[in-house]
Amino acid sequence: MTCIVRTMNNRMLQHKYNQRALKDRLARYFVAIGGISVIVAILLIFFYLLQVVIPMFESADIAESHAYSVTDEGKILHIGIEEQGTMAVRFTDRGQVVFFETDSGQIVKRYKLDLPSNITTISSNLDLVIIGLANGQVMLVKYVFEPGYGEDKRILTPLLEYPLGKALIVLDESAQALVHLDLRFNQDGFGLVGTTSDKRLVFNHYLQEESFITEEITTVINSRSVHKIDEDINSLVLSSDLNHLYVALEGGILRDYILSEAGFEDNYSDYKINENISNIQVLLGGSSLLIGLENGEVQQWMSVRKQHGRELTFIRKFHETKESISEIKSEQQRKGFAVGDTNGAITLYYSTSQRTLATINTANKKITNLAWSARAQHLLATDDGGKFYLYEVDNEYPEVSWDVLWGKIWYEGYDEADYIWQSSASTNEFEPKFSLMPLTFGTIKAAFYAMIFAVPIAILGAMYTAQFMAPRMRQTVKPSIEIMEALPTVILGFLAGLWLAPYVETHLSGVFALLLVLPFGFILCAWLVGYLPNNTAIEGWEALILMPVVILLIWISTAISAPIEDLFFNGDMRTYMSDQWGINYDQRNALVVGLIMGFAIIPTIFSIAEDAIFSVPQHLIRGSLALGASRWQTMLYVVMPAASPAIFSAVMMGFGRAVGETMIVLMATGNTPLMDMSIFQGMRTLAANIAVEVPEAEVASTHYRVLFLAAFILFMFTFIFNTAAEMIRHRLRKKYSGL
Amino acid sequence: MKNWFASGTPWIWLNAGAISIALVAVFGLLFLILVRGMSHFWPANVQAFHYQNADNSLTVIAEIIESETVPAESVQGIDIKQGNVERYLVKTGNRDLLGSDFRWLYNIDLKKRETPIDVMVIERIEWGNFYGYLNSVYENDIKVSDEDNKWAEFNSRLDRAVQIRERILELEQGEIGAINYQLERLRLKEKRLIIDNELSDKELSVINKKRESLKSQYETFLQQTQKLYEDINRDSIRATVMDGTEVIIPLEKIVKTWQPNKFNLLEKTLFYIQSLWAFISEDPREANTEGGIFPAIFGTVMMVILMAILVTPLGVIAAIYLREYAKQGLIIRVIRIAVNNLAGVPSIVYGVFGLGFFVYFLGGNIDDLFFPESQPSPTFGTPGLLWSSLTLALLTLPVVIVATEEGLSRIPISLREGSLGLGATKVETLWRVVLPMASPAIMTGLILAVARAAGEVAPLMLVGVVKLAPSLPLDGNFPFLHLDRKFMHLGFHIYDVGFQSPNVEAARPLVYATSFLLVVVIVGLNITAINLRNKLREKYRALDN
Repeated sequence: MTCIVRTMNNRMLQHKYNQRALKDRLARYFVAIGGISVIVAILLIFFYLLQVVIPMFESADIAESHAYSVTDEGKILHIGIEEQGTMAVRFTDRGQVVFFETDSGQIVKRYKLDLPSNITTISSNLDLVIIGLANGQVMLVKYVFEPGYGEDKRILTPLLEYPLGKALIVLDESAQALVHLDLRFNQDGFGLVGTTSDKRLVFNHYLQEESFITEEITTVINSRSVHKIDEDINSLVLSSDLNHLYVALEGGILRDYILSEAGFEDNYSDYKINENISNIQVLLGGSSLLIGLENGEVQQWMSVRKQHGRELTFIRKFHETKESISEIKSEQQRKGFAVGDTNGAITLYYSTSQRTLATINTANKKITNLAWSARAQHLLATDDGGKFYLYEVDNEYPEVSWDVLWGKIWYEGYDEADYIWQSSASTNEFEPKFSLMPLTFGTIKAAFYAMIFAVPIAILGAMYTAQFMAPRMRQTVKPSIEIMEALPTVILGFLAGLWLAPYVETHLSGVFALLLVLPFGFILCAWLVGYLPNNTAIEGWEALILMPVVILLIWISTAISAPIEDLFFNGDMRTYMSDQWGINYDQRNALVVGLIMGFAIIPTIFSIAEDAIFSVPQHLIRGSLALGASRWQTMLYVVMPAASPAIFSAVMMGFGRAVGETMIVLMATGNTPLMDMSIFQGMRTLAANIAVEVPEAEVASTHYRVLFLAAFILFMFTFIFNTAAEMIRHRLRKKYSGL
Repeated sequence: MKNWFASGTPWIWLNAGAISIALVAVFGLLFLILVRGMSHFWPANVQAFHYQNADNSLTVIAEIIESETVPAESVQGIDIKQGNVERYLVKTGNRDLLGSDFRWLYNIDLKKRETPIDVMVIERIEWGNFYGYLNSVYENDIKVSDEDNKWAEFNSRLDRAVQIRERILELEQGEIGAINYQLERLRLKEKRLIIDNELSDKELSVINKKRESLKSQYETFLQQTQKLYEDINRDSIRATVMDGTEVIIPLEKIVKTWQPNKFNLLEKTLFYIQSLWAFISEDPREANTEGGIFPAIFGTVMMVILMAILVTPLGVIAAIYLREYAKQGLIIRVIRIAVNNLAGVPSIVYGVFGLGFFVYFLGGNIDDLFFPESQPSPTFGTPGLLWSSLTLALLTLPVVIVATEEGLSRIPISLREGSLGLGATKVETLWRVVLPMASPAIMTGLILAVARAAGEVAPLMLVGVVKLAPSLPLDGNFPFLHLDRKFMHLGFHIYDVGFQSPNVEAARPLVYATSFLLVVVIVGLNITAINLRNKLREKYRALDN
């Protein structure tokens, strides 16, 4: 009987034991999987940020998707493509306008323009086509792909519009054939310029007025002027403000004619370029010229303010192909452009970043026309054999390069190359400026001023707390400093911006007086205490005694602030500084940030430094004291050398915290991305910049990714800095354990 | 003297000075926030300044905010050029009449300064405070008060108006809000059925029927509120402003009223406590520059609780794995250092990660999978409570891991060996012996995490806080807890009101008060954590011996 019970018990026990072992195993797997996945999740931050950043640095892709020949009457002079790249249009020199499917070349609609004479040249301004005739007349036609929806499919209806009516404009009154043409609109009308076969430049200015009632636009000619030239003209382009006409002359000369509403001003300047110019275009926005040369180079020139007025200036060049440039086409929404050469190669460049994005050659014949779809995802090209090529372009982030982020870039509208952060503006034609230099500079500047304030206080304070302070006082001081660390930075930032900044502004000289008053006050106090009877009792409690002294000294400095300013600075230090020394004063400046951010990082530095100093082995200190060294000498020559690596790592950690601090700088600086080391000027830091701009950045845009890059930089910087600091501390700990 | 310097005593004092500066800065700051934040609710006496010079006379009724002495020459627009003048920053209220709440007054040509006994302050729903004298009370353009009972009449009628206003609010936010919410859910349900191609006529009729009944309910509630609005519009008062003009103030626009100059100390204290309570328990008004901060407190607490729920198991499991299960070697050491250092990574980086990964990637996918009916407006693909809590959980994870690991490492090995020696499995030892003993350490970590999360603002600006949330994340509508909603937060409230509000000067005391509240919470949590940690250390010191 007992035997059966025992076996039953055994069996139950065995069963129970198995269950427990299973549970143990399950728990092991659960914890292992859970633990590893938590750690992976943390590491995910790194990889996710990287994954968002990397696409920016990949080069663009261009691939031919379709190629076909078409047979038309006459030669193709102009092509255009609609926004999504499904339909395109071509203009021939016999007045044919053909709308066709881009994938097959199948004709959708064919128009014949009613023209009195042959077409000699065609120029365009986005979807406005300017047709120049052999009799000196000009016709304006606009092609439209009218979108509509039917049966879940987008249907495009091709249309032609005549913005000035079907009547022709007489450009050249002597009725010569037009060779080159250009037209630009400004706010009150447009300018039309052309060259004739007998080498004359003809410029007409037209005024346009919109009727209030009918909204009809009436166009009136304002002026006509003619200029005769001797050289052969290769190409011309009108500036968007109608004040300049840029003409490429045979022999590599770029001529800049000054224009007014009345016409030619009889004033021009020549710029010599080493190679013959084959093509000139304006970049989107109209401030830059793109000059294609016969050696395959494309140069970007801009009008820049110099000492003696504005001057065309060479900015940068792009040189991928070696063949003569036959066509340049600027993108419609960005500062990129495509270039075709006589050998059939098409190259994509981006102006600001000076990047060669992609190149492709499937034609092997001279490229005669190029057309971009609105968002630059499709590029249509023709060669001089009448063949069409449709390219799919994947080019989302051309704006960024190493130089853009970290180098000086010459932006449109600026007088020199500079570091500039200006990420967005209201217009399409804006050139985004993504230099991280001003932000990095601002970050380091803010951290630097914070360190100037925090390091002395934290380290001196740590020395005192660890070695000289009475243990009972130390027990309350340490938690106080920990609470200091826990204070939300948003509160510190708020105090910095709304309380300290105005206070410092009105008591500026008092703040600087504090620098002198405090240390001398402390030493004076020490000297006075020396005369007290029984003064050894206060040993270890000096800091407590000095607290009212600090308050008193701060009060004194505040009180003497106004007299100092009266005495030395004619009553107002800020005005005096800006008048006498040329130093401008921002209310929210590096001084305020330094004080408050210094306050925020004192605890970080203090805690680590204090721990390190406190944990210097006692026998070292006792040995030194026993040999007759004073407490201060022991501190200076025994304790500090032993603890110095850890103190260094404490400073590094403090710096790391200052670099990443967001709310304080956001609230206590003007957030101006300028590079100015002055203590009286604000700055914009990487962290504050992210906080300000990320919520408004379009997801997956270049701007968004650049901000992620900024976050990635912050991450890496603090991570590496902290790791280095941790290693130093670790090594020190090992050293002590050896002692 | 030379000897004295050589002895190092002055340098030690200099060191002591450094720590004194730090301490003075901490306590000074706390004191500053305390004084500025808490003095705002005190019903200060309202003073009348009578100015008189050769040309004209002027009376200003105002509360003194601060007074200072400035050199006369730095003041523009006064005749005196020598010596100093005393000036007062005063709050005159009546923003609708004067254009701003504050002005400077100078101690020049000041004939008399007095505290008129019957001056009245009215806190209004719009335009800030009103200062003036009560003339009479009107019911529908009929005067219903005489000189003796006007104040009592005013107060009793104001009580009625306040009650009606509360009822209206209750109706609009409660019943009508619920109906709107249900209508929206019906719309989404219908759309979802259409998307899934499962909308049968039967279901459509059910939905339409429900919709009809909701709409009729809505109508009745609307009529009720309209009736209440008529009721509340009944009474008004006439009051005199300091320059003698009479204004009409409808009772509907009044929050409360008081006559501070009649108060004795006890009444003032009572009033102060009431104001403080109102500040904590009421909704904000006037672009957050007036009223209370209840939604911000609620949002902060909600977010922190959710974060704690998320972070505790994750952090503890990770710590147990690192300390108890993982094979201690180079990799684990590297991971440990990495986790340690993540605590030093700037919080904004977590915000950016949260926005990109949680909100746009996870949230976007969740929306595509589960909420196609509300597209294109995002449900989870937009900043919200859940993502904020998750981001902050990630941010505070290192804190919990480090604290738990430290707790685990402090438990004497002898205890584990004892447990294992008695036949317990590893998990039983962990669960029954190690974890209970480590629980104070885990608590410490959690409290520190909560304190950090409560004060963190920068990442939240990217992943979920807003300046004004239309509804709380927790309410009576199914599913009660709305994780996708945006919420208000004390820290962000400080930033927003202090820096983005149209009337910073008037809002500043409230920002100080909010700061004070936040500081109290965070310092309280930290002190708890510190004490817990110290107790823990004591306990294990005893065990070690």
